[in-house]
Amino acid sequence: MDEARIARRSLSPRLWLAGGWLVLALLAAVFAPLVAPQDPLAQDLMLERLPPFWLDGAEPGYWLGTDSLGRDLLSRLIFGGRIAFIVAFAAATSACLLGSTLGLIAGYLGGWADRMISRIVDVWMAFPPVLFAILLVAVLGTGLSSVIIAIAVIDWTRFCRVIRAEAMSQARMDYVESARIAGYGRIGIMLREVLPNVLPSVVALLSLEMGIAVIVEAILSFVNLSIATDDPTWGGIIAEGRLSIHQAWWVLVFPLVTLILTVLSFSQFGEGLKARFDPVLR
Amino acid sequence: MSACLDIHHLSAVLPNGQRVLRSVSLTVQPGEVRALVGESGAGKTMIGKAVLGVLPKSVRIVEGEMLIEGEDLGRLDAKARRTLIGARTALIPQDPLTALNPSRRIGPQMTDRLVRILGWSGERADSRIGQLLDEVQIRDPERVLRCYPHELSGGMRQRVLIAAAFAAEPRLIVADEPTTALDVTVQKQILRLIAQLQRDHGTAILFVTHDLGVVAKISQKVSVLYAGKVVEEAGTADLFAAPQHPYTRALMAATPRYTDPYASLKPVDEAVLAGLAAEIAASDRDWRPAHG
Amino acid sequence: MAEPLFSVRGLKVALPDMTRKPLIGRAPLAEILKGLDFDLPRGSVTGIVGESGSGKSTLGRALVRLIEPSAGSIGFEGRDISHLSEAELRPLRRDLQMIFQDPMSSLNPRHTIFNIIAAPLRQNGLGDRLKERVAEALQRVGLPQSFASRYRHELSGGQRQRVGIARALALSPKFVLADEIVSGLDVSTQAQILTLLEKLAAEMGLTVAFISHDLSVIRRLCQQVIVMREGVIVESSATDALFDNPKQAYTRDLLAAIPLPEIDADWLRPKAPA
Repeated sequence: MDEARIARRSLSPRLWLAGGWLVLALLAAVFAPLVAPQDPLAQDLMLERLPPFWLDGAEPGYWLGTDSLGRDLLSRLIFGGRIAFIVAFAAATSACLLGSTLGLIAGYLGGWADRMISRIVDVWMAFPPVLFAILLVAVLGTGLSSVIIAIAVIDWTRFCRVIRAEAMSQARMDYVESARIAGYGRIGIMLREVLPNVLPSVVALLSLEMGIAVIVEAILSFVNLSIATDDPTWGGIIAEGRLSIHQAWWVLVFPLVTLILTVLSFSQFGEGLKARFDPVLR
Repeated sequence: MSACLDIHHLSAVLPNGQRVLRSVSLTVQPGEVRALVGESGAGKTMIGKAVLGVLPKSVRIVEGEMLIEGEDLGRLDAKARRTLIGARTALIPQDPLTALNPSRRIGPQMTDRLVRILGWSGERADSRIGQLLDEVQIRDPERVLRCYPHELSGGMRQRVLIAAAFAAEPRLIVADEPTTALDVTVQKQILRLIAQLQRDHGTAILFVTHDLGVVAKISQKVSVLYAGKVVEEAGTADLFAAPQHPYTRALMAATPRYTDPYASLKPVDEAVLAGLAAEIAASDRDWRPAHG
Repeated sequence: MAEPLFSVRGLKVALPDMTRKPLIGRAPLAEILKGLDFDLPRGSVTGIVGESGSGKSTLGRALVRLIEPSAGSIGFEGRDISHLSEAELRPLRRDLQMIFQDPMSSLNPRHTIFNIIAAPLRQNGLGDRLKERVAEALQRVGLPQSFASRYRHELSGGQRQRVGIARALALSPKFVLADEIVSGLDVSTQAQILTLLEKLAAEMGLTVAFISHDLSVIRRLCQQVIVMREGVIVESSATDALFDNPKQAYTRDLLAAIPLPEIDADWLRPKAPA
């Protein structure tokens, strides 16, 4: 059948490339102590600003070179990935749970619940998100959990809006009425009929949001508002790299490339998953 | 004298190689109504689109020719073909709502074609449209021309589109299920209008429909389609007097008739469907696309 | 004569008219049904016919209480169900089933056919012997058992509508609302679905309200017909009487507007002014 072919086609390159990078980065982050060639915090002024391995003057074992304090860049990126992925998963999942639930309720139930939730979303979205995040972290104090809470509190509206619209169009489907005829109550219909149909969008958005969370975390650590410890973060490395751009471009370029690849992969992975599940059933 | 529309052995395929039109041949003589009747997937709309040069990109014509008043569309370059189709043909669409731009008033939408494609002056187009609106019995044309599509009823919208189709005096009109979306009483008025204008203007119509009742009332000739193949072709009176193909007979027996409830609504016999499948398979076996 | 299954008196339904909704505030109510009185005798098939805007679908939805009437009563087995709450209705759902117009939209794309047919059974205390009951329902509508594991996109239009019928009849309800159930189907499929419903209604002794815009399918299936126009009943009588001797001009117009599949040169002639 044609539909089977569509499904198989959408499994290919996009999903594989994006998924491949994410798995690689995630494994490296999880097993950072085993994988990282050096201690990410170890400074050695004898080894400062070593170039990456293919340039003259590179040292074996320091594949992507070192920064101005002689710390190994690759190891710092790998350890920085830990923070990035923790924030990505925790913040995006919280935003997703909060936003999708409210969106589902607003879209399916309609009426005053919808009016109330929609109003809150409108007000929320009037705040510039990055400023909002900085404000929140300033109030909550720096630290990993503050960053996660800030991102979830800001970005749940993204889920709420999309899921509300999808739930509204689902609510008009005859199978929703059919479930009422079958004797289901509102909650039952929401979980049994509406939720499975909005799930692909939830998954796609969740993946996209993970990418966004990585960026926001990078921005916050760039302005030194993320975690207060010495643990390396991608945003922190970028901020340091910016200072030595003329002497050691790699300290800026490699974390930027890592960040872009990761964010892009998250969004492409989500879209790929959605495309993979959608045409078959729609 | 050459036929208004002449289609010879037209075959079309989807990207996966599946044939959607199977060596279709049909002619429409000047001033005659030919019905194309079939169920969903029969390819009847596809033929209409092929004539108007608006086939979807995924459908590729692999053999056959189409002549409009003796001019072979296949021998013209793209621009000349568009000009010819634009000047000699018009469409009455199925859904009058989606065929009209919701954000523009009716008037300019109707004169657009005359002014832009045929190069008429604005006044000439306006007066022509006024005349046609009168012919489709729209009583207050000024108001209608100022309306947006959603402000008119389905029947009124279809009248407007019929007027627009006849306005440029096309030689051939493709009517693609023009009454399917309408209530029966409105359908009757619209069919009556189409028949009237068709007679008055001497226009040939290729009338696509799934309803044998409509076929019986509006057409002089009919082609019965199944899976992109013409399974029977006859004068309408002959077809209803003595249908030849088993599928035609089955379709007639399945069509509801309130005057004879127990002789109608007969489910199509499995043997008929099996026979059709065999016929299609046989025609595909013998078929070699003549790649150009 | 036995007590009718449905006894409807003075039924009015008003729904928000979104086309007249002001920028701020609620849409004004438009009266869709303007006071209907009729009975549906037990074990009978009643055709409800009308053109768009007649209110026939709204009437159907009120009968199965998907919408709440604004006035009047809907007597079901002698009990007025017109204002029952969703919770009070739940025990009645088993007897008030519905087959939908669009078999695509009425089947959830994420559920297997088994789950779709099993849903009303589970919800109405018939969750034991599910496999058996679903198999029986599939068999009843002439679908192979292998269809249980399929999804809606793997079925043809006619097969989907069979699933819709199987789901509605799985509970052996007293009443089934059939809302334009063949209007989206090809003629050959339409004939199959109608003869199937005709057979099952007779076998199971169902009371059916068969809503349609098409009078020609009604004669075969229905014992009586209600003709509606703009929210009121124009004419209501036994089927043969209505077709052979329509009393109202509107009914005659409706009949005359149906293009029968026979040659009739006069049909398209403009009406001579009376």
